[in-house]
Amino acid sequence: MSDQDEDIILKDLDDNELVAQMQDDLYDGMIPEVTEGTQILLDRGWDANMVLNDALVEGMRIVGEDFRDGILFVPEVLQSANAMKGGMGLLRPILANSSVNSSVGTFVIGTVKGDIHDIGKNLVGMMLEGAGFEVVDLGINTDVDQFLHAIDEHDPAILGMSALLTTTMPYMGVVIEELDKRDMLKDLPVMVGGAPLNQEFADAINAHTYGRDAAMSSELAKAIVGKNR
Amino acid sequence: MSGRANISAQGNRLLVLACGAIAKELVQLKSMLGVEFDLQCLPAGYHNTPQNIVPDMKAILDARGDEYDRILIGYGDCGTGGGLDRLLETYPKATRLPGAHCYAFFAGLPEFDAMMQEELGSFFLTDYLALHFETLIWKGMGLDRYPDLLGMYFANYKRVVYLAQTDDAAITAKAKAAADKLGLDFERRDTGYGLLYDDLKTFIESAKGEPAHV
Ligand code: B12
Repeated sequence: MSDQDEDIILKDLDDNELVAQMQDDLYDGMIPEVTEGTQILLDRGWDANMVLNDALVEGMRIVGEDFRDGILFVPEVLQSANAMKGGMGLLRPILANSSVNSSVGTFVIGTVKGDIHDIGKNLVGMMLEGAGFEVVDLGINTDVDQFLHAIDEHDPAILGMSALLTTTMPYMGVVIEELDKRDMLKDLPVMVGGAPLNQEFADAINAHTYGRDAAMSSELAKAIVGKNR
Repeated sequence: MSGRANISAQGNRLLVLACGAIAKELVQLKSMLGVEFDLQCLPAGYHNTPQNIVPDMKAILDARGDEYDRILIGYGDCGTGGGLDRLLETYPKATRLPGAHCYAFFAGLPEFDAMMQEELGSFFLTDYLALHFETLIWKGMGLDRYPDLLGMYFANYKRVVYLAQTDDAAITAKAKAAADKLGLDFERRDTGYGLLYDDLKTFIESAKGEPAHV
């Protein structure tokens, strides 16, 4: 953004202006500013959830939209994600300690076997956390046994899989088939995503839901568990 | 390119419609094999925005397809999620190179899989990518503007494998420099033109058997 932004004193802005400014700063990937804005809102007595939703998640939703429309590119999105992480760092401990903010459900997510692309998965994980999910991230190159083990251990409300390579996309189908064999699919909705996927592919492998981008995915996940925080 | 298509020695009109990242190799192969075909390329930058590949390819096929008897599509799936193959089903004259991407068709499919088995954290360079690493990868990933993002991109990687099409010390040095910049180990494998050579040859030869349309 332009130079004049450097002169803006966040503390001097009223709440609405500050939230708008934080969304701008998040868009521009300004980590210290977003962190500072988060702290100011908290100091003004804002509920941590409201800070998260109104400033951070909403800011990131705008980033996601512009990424989808080709206005922003991967590095800018990553910068914004880092700015959001800055704010989340302050909010997370507060959210974890407050009783009203019990998790809306556990979401187990991983990039499938043979694939080590993880930017999209990490972004989805962050937005899900913002939506109130407890996110268990299995990382990259996750095979069916690791998914099964995590399902056993965490009893998730939703399982999410990510793939960015044409050669690894089919593995999502392998995992779903395995879940089906064990009769687990009826209780465990599976969400899939990744740039080369589309709805048709998701349908073909019998996935419950296809998530086109992080904001949409977190909306869909909330709808699946039927809870909004 | 305008006007009528060039006619091959066999009288067939052949078009190779390829990614800009393999243009130089195709020109090289054309003279190596002593064959005639028209070559049209889509921007190499589509590597980072594969959603552009299918619509652009369709536009070219619709505009120029009629001028040719056979068309070789110089692409892998390249992140179109099967979209390219679905498009090509409606253009029976066109055939695509095998494999998911150029690393696979330069290395050979089983060879590529073996390298991934050996080390999943492999990042591949070709001659083209080694030469254009700064523009396509470093700048393309925004590392010139945000060097701090390096870890977010490459933390899971261990080595750069340079799949060498040519034996060129200068390109090898560039590939090595790229590995150093990424903080990864470096390996060089001589692949030559791999399946690109084989398939281009097959493409030309199979067209020979067909009646010419002059
Ligand atoms: C960034 C990138 C990389 C980075 C990865 C860094 C990282 N840590 O992940 C680097 C540069 C390291 C890289 C490496 C490689 N890459 Co790459 N990479 C890309 C690129 C440009 C963008 C992917 C990305 O991160 N997008 C940004 C995120 C935010 O978007 P996203 O992943 O789509 O995720 C969103 C949605 O899909 C969805 N989503 C994603 N996951 C999930 C999961 C769930 C559950 C849900 C609900 C939603 C969801 O929400 C996300 C957020 O909005 C793509 C091209 C492209 N534009 O897709 C190629 C691409 C995926 N890569 C490709 C290739 C070939 C490779 C390499 C083999 C290249 C090489 N030279 O070696 C290596 C991989 C080697 C290996 N060992 O596996 C090809 C794949 C081709 C194919 N046929 O499959 C692509 C398509 C490029 C191309 N056109 O050829 N790559």
